[in-house]
Amino acid sequence: MKDQALIAYTLRLADNALVLAQRMVELVAAEPELEEELANANFALDYIGQARMFYTLAGHLEGRGRSEDDFAFMRDEHEFRNLLLLEQPNGHFGDALVRQYLFEVFYVHQLEALTRCSDAGLAEIAARAIKEVTYHRRHSSQWLIRLGDGTELSHDRMQASLNDVWRYTGEMFSADAIDKAVQEDYSGPDLEEIRQIWLREVSTTVDEATLELPGDQWMAGGGKQGKHSEHLGFILAEMQYLQRSFPGATW
Amino acid sequence: MSKQEWPLYEVFIRSKSGLSHRHAGSVHAADDQMALDNARDTYTRRSEGVSLWVVRSDLIIASDPAETSAFFEPAEDKIYRHPTFYEIPDGVDNL
Repeated sequence: MKDQALIAYTLRLADNALVLAQRMVELVAAEPELEEELANANFALDYIGQARMFYTLAGHLEGRGRSEDDFAFMRDEHEFRNLLLLEQPNGHFGDALVRQYLFEVFYVHQLEALTRCSDAGLAEIAARAIKEVTYHRRHSSQWLIRLGDGTELSHDRMQASLNDVWRYTGEMFSADAIDKAVQEDYSGPDLEEIRQIWLREVSTTVDEATLELPGDQWMAGGGKQGKHSEHLGFILAEMQYLQRSFPGATW
Repeated sequence: MSKQEWPLYEVFIRSKSGLSHRHAGSVHAADDQMALDNARDTYTRRSEGVSLWVVRSDLIIASDPAETSAFFEPAEDKIYRHPTFYEIPDGVDNL
């Protein structure tokens, strides 16, 4: 059996992708334009694809025969290790967009670092996923600039979205024992380095969007350790209902 | 509240290197970059292309359907413009 830290780290990646995808899927049939609707649904499917690959890898590393479905549908809230940022409600279009953008900048750089890690399985998935997420980031950054530098109303709304969600961004960079173990034992991402790159990149885009970067403040944390906000339970209830009621049900 | 439609863009896709771009359809978008993204997300999901063009539909200069007869019909009875009057010599297989 592989190192526990690597398994836990892979599950965090999987949970991030799955929980974000689930939030995005909620927007299907609720987007303001048909083209945006298609884009969002495609992106959600990209994330579900990534979650599947990470879960399958985690099951393989763990060696106890757990499948991607077992991880997705048969674990409880406290066993999920996704970032708090990703389980936050969609709110309006701008709220969801800012959440996407702030995460995707982080995720692109996390994946980029992972393509160079020493675990071949993880590096391979990262190399596939980074192409998708690079495009997602392009999409969300353009929207941020467009709406931030848009009308007075859209500008104010984007600023409010940014301020609201900012306190969930610190968790991405707070390295715990698992992050450090993967960094040291598998040449994994250096979160402090990524934080600096992230901050530079986000500042540039926020500036171009004529918005203000929120100041230093208290940052929420705990998602990576399984301590979630009240929102995750509802996401899981909806997502897991069928498999819990009819275990093993297939199409 | 009045809802103003985004401008329409025509989408052209080149399916593989060497072929020319072909018209695939159209998308709505608020600006050029968004048009390119929307075209990508709407028309290339199943790896249809390696290159995309988008152009504002109102920038295309189109022939007038009312002028179809003046535009195109004069060519119809000029069969001598088609290369159908040549004998192909024996031995030329790949023409």
